[in-house]
Amino acid sequence: MGEKVLMKGNEAVAEAAIRAGCRLYFAYPITPQSELIEYMSRMMPKAKGTFIQAESEIAAINMVYGAAGCGKRAMTSSSSPGISLKQEGISYLAGANLPAVIVNVQRGGPGLGDIQPAQGDYFQAVKGGGHGDYKMIVIAPSTVQEFADSASDAFDLADKYRHPIMILSDGLLGQMMEPVEFQPMKTTEEIEELNKQHFDWCIHPNQPEPNHHHHEINSLEIDPIILEQHVIKLGQKYDVITEKEQKWEEYSLNNDNEILCVAFGTASRLVKSAVDQLNTEGFNIGLIRPIRVWPYPYDAIKKAITDNVKKVAVFELNLGQMIEDVRLAVNGKVPVKFMGKVGGILFTPEEIKAQLEEWLQEEK
Amino acid sequence: MKTEIICSGFGGQGALTVGKFITKAAMREGKNVSWLPSYGPEMRGGTANVSVVVSEKPVASPLVSFPNILVALNQPSIDKFGPLITEGGLMIANTDLCPNKLNRDNVDEIYAPMNQIANEIGSDRVLNMIAIGIVIGKTGLIKYETIEKDLTAFLEKKNPKLLELNLLAIKRGIEIGKE
Amino acid sequence: MKVIAQRPKSLTDLAFTYCPGCTHGISHRLIAEAMDELDMRDQTMGVAPVGCSVFAYKFFNCDMAEAAHGRAPAVATGMKRARPDMHVFTYQGDGDLAAIGTSEIIHAANRGENISVFFINNAIYGMTGGQMAPTTLPNMKTSTSPYGRDVADIGYPIQVCELISSLRAPYYVERVSLLSPQDIIKAKKAVLKAMKFNKEGRGFTLVEFVSTCPTNWGMTPLDAMKWAKENMYPFFKLGNFRDKSLEGGE
Ligand SMILES: Cc1ncc(C[n+]2csc(CCOP(=O)(O)OP(=O)(O)O)c2C)c(N)n1
Ligand code: SF4
Repeated sequence: MGEKVLMKGNEAVAEAAIRAGCRLYFAYPITPQSELIEYMSRMMPKAKGTFIQAESEIAAINMVYGAAGCGKRAMTSSSSPGISLKQEGISYLAGANLPAVIVNVQRGGPGLGDIQPAQGDYFQAVKGGGHGDYKMIVIAPSTVQEFADSASDAFDLADKYRHPIMILSDGLLGQMMEPVEFQPMKTTEEIEELNKQHFDWCIHPNQPEPNHHHHEINSLEIDPIILEQHVIKLGQKYDVITEKEQKWEEYSLNNDNEILCVAFGTASRLVKSAVDQLNTEGFNIGLIRPIRVWPYPYDAIKKAITDNVKKVAVFELNLGQMIEDVRLAVNGKVPVKFMGKVGGILFTPEEIKAQLEEWLQEEK
Repeated sequence: MKTEIICSGFGGQGALTVGKFITKAAMREGKNVSWLPSYGPEMRGGTANVSVVVSEKPVASPLVSFPNILVALNQPSIDKFGPLITEGGLMIANTDLCPNKLNRDNVDEIYAPMNQIANEIGSDRVLNMIAIGIVIGKTGLIKYETIEKDLTAFLEKKNPKLLELNLLAIKRGIEIGKE
Repeated sequence: MKVIAQRPKSLTDLAFTYCPGCTHGISHRLIAEAMDELDMRDQTMGVAPVGCSVFAYKFFNCDMAEAAHGRAPAVATGMKRARPDMHVFTYQGDGDLAAIGTSEIIHAANRGENISVFFINNAIYGMTGGQMAPTTLPNMKTSTSPYGRDVADIGYPIQVCELISSLRAPYYVERVSLLSPQDIIKAKKAVLKAMKFNKEGRGFTLVEFVSTCPTNWGMTPLDAMKWAKENMYPFFKLGNFRDKSLEGGE
């Protein structure tokens, strides 16, 4: 790793993607994501890669479909309204077993909403926003460093499972600056090696006769018997991912926690500040932060609910979406409380602290 | 130790840049830092502000609700954030655009005619550097040398004249801060 | 410039949110005046785009809908088909109409949908901070064409009037500009014509305004006018592209 640089999340994830071997990027401008596309427009030509400002988000995701079908690391990015337009394409990527990376810098919705940070796209990301039976690995960074690191993580996972991966960030992570250290730039030879792992399925892998095969990129199986087998296989892939790819952070977690908080992404940072405060005042509060929100760390949450935990408290920048997964994990063992903020407004650590104090008080 | 700062002013006054230089210098000096700007329609002509956190420990919330230090380049900034400064905190204000004082007895208030000083130095573009200087002179949160090095690397070739003015402005600010 | 003593009735009292010297305000006023003069405000519904003029739904003092980015012609189609007795117009920027909404505008025009489209061509994305538009000129630098628009890579600017007038159905298609008082007087005539044809139910009408975006072009309003005349006119030729009222036929 190199020197620390101060960078916006939007730019850091773009730089990290280029370093991870992404040479094909397609997107359409939208606030608060535009620094990402602008960075790519400056840097992709220097990396001898392709940047296209597509005519729409729909076009951009389908350009990704084409590039990914050729076995190359391809990426697109947008913010909530644009991500809605990409849902059809994401469903096709999943159906065709294609590796790709999609970055969502979330803003307030629904509809045109506003441009401030929000987490209202949780359901869309983890429960399948497009049609059909599919799941997407969803990485939810909470710092600019993690946002950057998630790029190579996402490409590696995409390649490993031949599957679309979403990085679910928000306007705060996109706009804020923090110190970042980058992985070294992958060399042309390394990128070639990465591409090779897809030669057995991708279109036009550049293999001369007699090794050349007819490859198809497709999500259509008109015969139900064949489609059934195809979807069952997808399901098996999701089972493997569910078993192997859960990732979460345990913060101030111990056997004596009185309240267990659960929050992801930006919200988790605000919660951490409140938890720190309360713990210095003699309380004992723990936090689980899912780093990937699909596959969801149900067991980690289950395990953290010791006999001393009186309540689980969920904090989200929406009306309550991830709480449904938390409830599945808690399974009625203790009450699950919720604090949310909507409209692109953040809760302050002070507000979170006051809310936790109220919940602690109820116990006394 | 954790220091939470809000820098605020009209778009174009350079409040965000004040925050950026402090953040960058603190990072170079080995601190954990974050820089969170306001963004959106208010940036067009309205008031822009940035939350900066400088901390020994990793930064949890980058959002500053109650600043230890407020750098206010215009009156709306004092009106909005002045009452939120923590007890024993510091406010640095630009009297040229702030007719009304904050007048809190538990906050250290430094007033300087930054537009005027900047023009004396030779360019109103260096207004925000005076503010940075005052922060350095008063609090020692970051070192002058760190910023000097950064600025030099950035401007030495591109605009040596502006570099000189910037450094002058910071030094002038440091004097005011120490007074 | 024509001195207008009164704010048209078809504009609300709200102050525009546009930058100083932006031409969006002028085109708003022209459309509102036309509505007043043709006495059609009570029978008119408009559709606002996503772009700097997103708040057009607050500014026009007739019933207004706000559409998703690029979809205004489709929304307008729905409105017109639901209320054939009403007059419907859309107001759209170049990103909205000629990038993300290309398919909607072409098909609305091709159906000869009975609506008026007011198209603001400022060669850039204003709202999102100066990215390349489909109408950005060759070699023009924007925040997503930092080395200048490379036509070999990304194509030439889309000429909307030429494109729309290649279809059979549209009734009236004209390109005007807002770059001088004389131009504005001509633009007013075109807007009046479009709205009159709309009122008479003659078919699809479109008026393109060659406009400026001083903020994202990084120019003073005056320099922007000058730059636009020098650089946009060669590409975006002013004039009428279709006027079936003169053809006597269809
Ligand atoms: C689906 C979707 N994609 C992107 C955006 C972001 N966006 C808002 S306005 C705009 C471009 C506006 O440019 P233009 O139509 O030229 O109008 P102007 O602002 O220049 O008047 C974009 C890309 C959005 N709101 N929704
Ligand atoms: S950004 Fe450009 S188009 Fe938008 S209001 Fe300002 S000058 Fe007008």
